[in-house]
Amino acid sequence: MTLADMETLVYARPASLTEMPTHYCPGCTHGVAHRLIAEVIDEMNLRERTIGVASVGCSVFAYNYFDFDWVQAPHGRAPAMATGIKRVLPDRLVITYQGDGDMASIGMGEVVHAAARGENITVFFINNANYGMTGGQMAPTTLPGQKTTTSPHGRDVETQGYPVRAAELISTLEGASYVVRRSLHDPKNIRLAKKAIRLALETQVRGLGFSMVELLSICPTNWGMTPVQSLKWLEEHMIPYFPLGDYKVHPAVAEIKV
Amino acid sequence: MPPKGRIVVNDLYCKGCELCVAACPQEVMGLDMSRITTKGYHPATLIKEGCTGCGVCAVVCPEAAITVYREVVRPRVAAAA
Ligand SMILES: Cc1ncc(C[n+]2csc(CCOP(=O)(O)OP(=O)(O)O)c2C)c(N)n1
Ligand code: SF4
Ligand code: SF4
Ligand code: SF4
Repeated sequence: MTLADMETLVYARPASLTEMPTHYCPGCTHGVAHRLIAEVIDEMNLRERTIGVASVGCSVFAYNYFDFDWVQAPHGRAPAMATGIKRVLPDRLVITYQGDGDMASIGMGEVVHAAARGENITVFFINNANYGMTGGQMAPTTLPGQKTTTSPHGRDVETQGYPVRAAELISTLEGASYVVRRSLHDPKNIRLAKKAIRLALETQVRGLGFSMVELLSICPTNWGMTPVQSLKWLEEHMIPYFPLGDYKVHPAVAEIKV
Repeated sequence: MPPKGRIVVNDLYCKGCELCVAACPQEVMGLDMSRITTKGYHPATLIKEGCTGCGVCAVVCPEAAITVYREVVRPRVAAAA
């Protein structure tokens, strides 16, 4: 016989999120990425020490949603701003949160050189295969054949080139210590994404150099699908082109136990 | 007996995206078509018995709108032996 007399709290909204509802479209996994980062910062007890650098894109208002300090960088320049902050305040945890238009297009130079310099910062890179905020234009991450508002007949690689695989590219740089790609399309992968976020922040806390977590994310509004359809589209179309995995794990990072 | 749980969905955050509905392994979630939030969405809710408090809905929710509880089943001292 059993006696059920109490309830335990299994999950509650993390303290590192403010009480402000987001402006994100229903089902947009920017929200999942926010939640995971907030959960990890809670678990590491780093809220009082964290400074976020928001980018330009749908996540431009990230500073409204996280309950710690933020600044907002010009388009693509978040890794440069984060570099300055971290060098002046080395005891802080400095993160950037950037879309694929922001980081892999206008800001490609900044992120590449921050990684090459081995800046001790963490970049969260949200790859949703288009420019969400401005109306679904083609991004460097738009898949071959993918229709966007600026590739209405599908991305033609002859004239528009091939998508950039940012994690693979950054992983070739000596200064990068932890570079991985995860996806936000199902509970198992969301849990793996959270572990990667934890390891990236542990990398920074231990002073081991540049870390980046690329997160495959959905944009139901501009993809013209329901959120549930979008998750399936991500799994079937994005993952084959952007394989999930660890692209660079410095031996010192591999030793971290969390 | 599977554990018993319950969820509370906060109307302030829920946008009726149905990601939780699709992910719930017990298929006990749905949108409450009889209610509408101040933002204009039908919020998610439990539509039948059988929630185990597994927390999967909270793992997928982009709005951190769901609080999950699970009953603690304490075995009697004798039965535990
Ligand atoms: C210097 C400059 N150029 C262009 C823009 C227009 N702009 C705003 S957001 C954006 C791209 C956003 O896409 P992404 O980084 O993928 O983020 P998402 O909105 O998809 O999350 C662009 C091109 C700008 N704000 N500033
Ligand atoms: S436009 Fe796309 S990326 Fe931006 S909030 Fe909406 S779904 Fe998310
Ligand atoms: S996943 Fe969250 S926001 Fe979406 S319907 Fe469920 S509770 Fe509401
Ligand atoms: S806690 Fe688990 S069983 Fe209960 S509603 Fe959420 S996903 Fe379904």
